[in-house]
Parts: sequence; C-alpha cells; structure tokens
Amino acid sequence: MIVASRKNIKDLKEMLAQHKRILVLGCGTCVTVCLAGGEREVGMISSALRIAYKLDEEEHQIDELTIERQCENEFFEDAIEAVQSVDAVLSLACGAGVQATAERFPNTPVYAGLDTKFIGILQEQGIWTEKCAACGECVLGEYGGVCPITRCSKSLLNGPCGGAKNGKCEVSPDQDCGWQLIYDRLKAIGQLDRLEEIFSPHDWSKSHEGGCRKIVREDQRIVTKV
Amino acid sequence: MDNFEPKILALCCHYCAYAAADLAGSMRLQYPANVRVLRLPCTGKVDPSYIMTAFEMGIDGVLVAGCLEGGCHFQEGNLRAKKRVGLVRDMLEEAGIEKDRLEMFNLSSAEGPRFAEIVGIMTERIKKLGPSPLRRKLEVSV
Repeated sequence: MIVASRKNIKDLKEMLAQHKRILVLGCGTCVTVCLAGGEREVGMISSALRIAYKLDEEEHQIDELTIERQCENEFFEDAIEAVQSVDAVLSLACGAGVQATAERFPNTPVYAGLDTKFIGILQEQGIWTEKCAACGECVLGEYGGVCPITRCSKSLLNGPCGGAKNGKCEVSPDQDCGWQLIYDRLKAIGQLDRLEEIFSPHDWSKSHEGGCRKIVREDQRIVTKV
Repeated sequence: MDNFEPKILALCCHYCAYAAADLAGSMRLQYPANVRVLRLPCTGKVDPSYIMTAFEMGIDGVLVAGCLEGGCHFQEGNLRAKKRVGLVRDMLEEAGIEKDRLEMFNLSSAEGPRFAEIVGIMTERIKKLGPSPLRRKLEVSV
C-alpha cells in the first residue's frame, strides 16, 4: 500500500486560510489502512481545523466526506455535490489521489493534507516500513524476495558494501542491512549460489528518472483508435 | 476569573472509574461539581473524535479515567486509551488548545477517595488554565 502521514494542523490552517468553505476529502483505500486519511482521520483533522479557526475568530465552514478511492475517476461521483459547494478541497489521499481530485475538478483548488511517504507494508501494529521503490524493473526474483534497491540504503545490486555492523546498516543502527537480509533469505531457501552472479547496472530509465511513467493497455481500453 | 467554574468531561470506564465515582457518592465524599461523567464500557472505547468534539463544543477540560495498568477487563483497553490521549493532546496543541486540558488517570473501582481526588486535581488545573480559549471565543461571539 501507499503509506502517508498527516501534516501539522498549523500548516494546514495557514495553507487553507484564504478559503471560507473547505471540504476535507478522505480516501477509503491505502491511506485508510495506514490510518492517515480515512474517515476517522477526516473527522479528527476537520475537528482540529474548526477549533484552530474558531480560536482566530475566523469563520470557516469545514465539511467532511470520504470516498472509496481518489485515484479512480468513477468514485468521484459521490463527491461532486460536496466539492461543488465549497471553495477548496483538502485531500487526505496520497499524492496520486490529490492530483486525480485536482484533475477531476479543474476549477477547484485542491490541497494535500498528507505527506505521501512510500510504498510499504504494515510491519506490525503502528509500524509501517518501506518495501518498494517502484523502480520499474523488478529484481526481487534474483535476490530471494528482498529488494536491494529499497532495503539497501545504497541500492547496491552487488553488495554488501562492507559498512554494516551486526546486521545493521551504517546509515542508521535502527535499519537492517539489506544485504544481510538478502544473504539470510537466500541461505534459507538454498539459493546462496545466486550471490556469485554479477548484476549489470539497473536500468534507471524505467524508474522515475526516465520521466513521468505511463502504462497503456490496449486490451483494456474502451475507446478504440480507428 | 475567580468565579470561573470549569466544565469538565470525565470519560469513565464502567469497571473502575465509574464504580469508583459511585463509591465516592456512597461514601458521601465531597468533590467539585464541575465534572460531567460519561460512562463507557472501557476506556478502550474512547475514540479521539469524542475528545476533539467535546473541545470543539467548548468544554474546558477532559479527563479519561481507566483501570490501573494491567487491570483492564479487556486486557489492554486502558493502555490503548493512554496512547490515544497522547495523540489527541498533540493534536489539540497544534490546533491551539493547551494539551494539559486533557489527561488520563488510572484507578480501581475500590478507590472512591481517589476519584474525588482526581476530580479535584483536574478542576484545580483547569481553574488555573482558565476557560477554554474556544469557549471564550464562543461566548464573545454570542
């Protein structure tokens, strides 16, 4: 899932100060699961904003709504009326959701209420960790299912670097050495021989470095080009 | 503000603080009448939005009273409440309300005098802080 965390209420208050009627729009998918932008968080952030504005004796109307998904156009059907009745939208979705909302409502200012952090998992209750850098060319199969690009701080494809101590990365003692994880995993599945292979440099043109990416699936498209 | 009488919401667990409040009554203990008790099945039922809404409506203080740590009838409801209270305290501060207006306490059902003491502590604290800044604004606007 995409993992995000909320922005500070003071910053949100300043960011939205020029708008009198604001819709706090939650997203029911990833950010609900990572407890940053779902219905409950919409309620809390709206409440905090109302308090903050009232303290400044400013009149602001803060509406609340959470839709199933902000990254797909069809789910905006439920939000059209609510968006049309406000001056601005504070989207509590990931960066993709915020932009989809802005594209769907071209004449309404849309602001991001969250900081989108990474693609990750719920490691344990209350702890989310990054697992994928969306590099565009997955190499997990070669490394026993542990991503060297994400899990190694230096994204080394031919590691380790030699800086790890007791299985921890030299960048931070809180961080596991990605290459230690790769070694342990390959050992556990009996594929240590994979480490003998030398991998060529990653093709970064397939990651964000190659520009904003797009996938076109003609078999899925409804409108056919004649 | 000498005559200021704060309004305090007490979110009380059915198994401890609520029973302790009952006991305090049976013992004819005196404690400030500033507190409004709301009974919950466990402090683990406390949703941050309950507290935020109370402050939004102008309450001066909120106390959450749960079982002693390790004594929750639902294993860890009170420990979860403690963390949620921490979260809401931070959010209140960001919004401009003193975080000390919200506090979590722990006690057992046998501690009637402790309940009276907690209400006294919280009432004194809120009296020192004065009315909720939001309540002051709301009253001015009325």
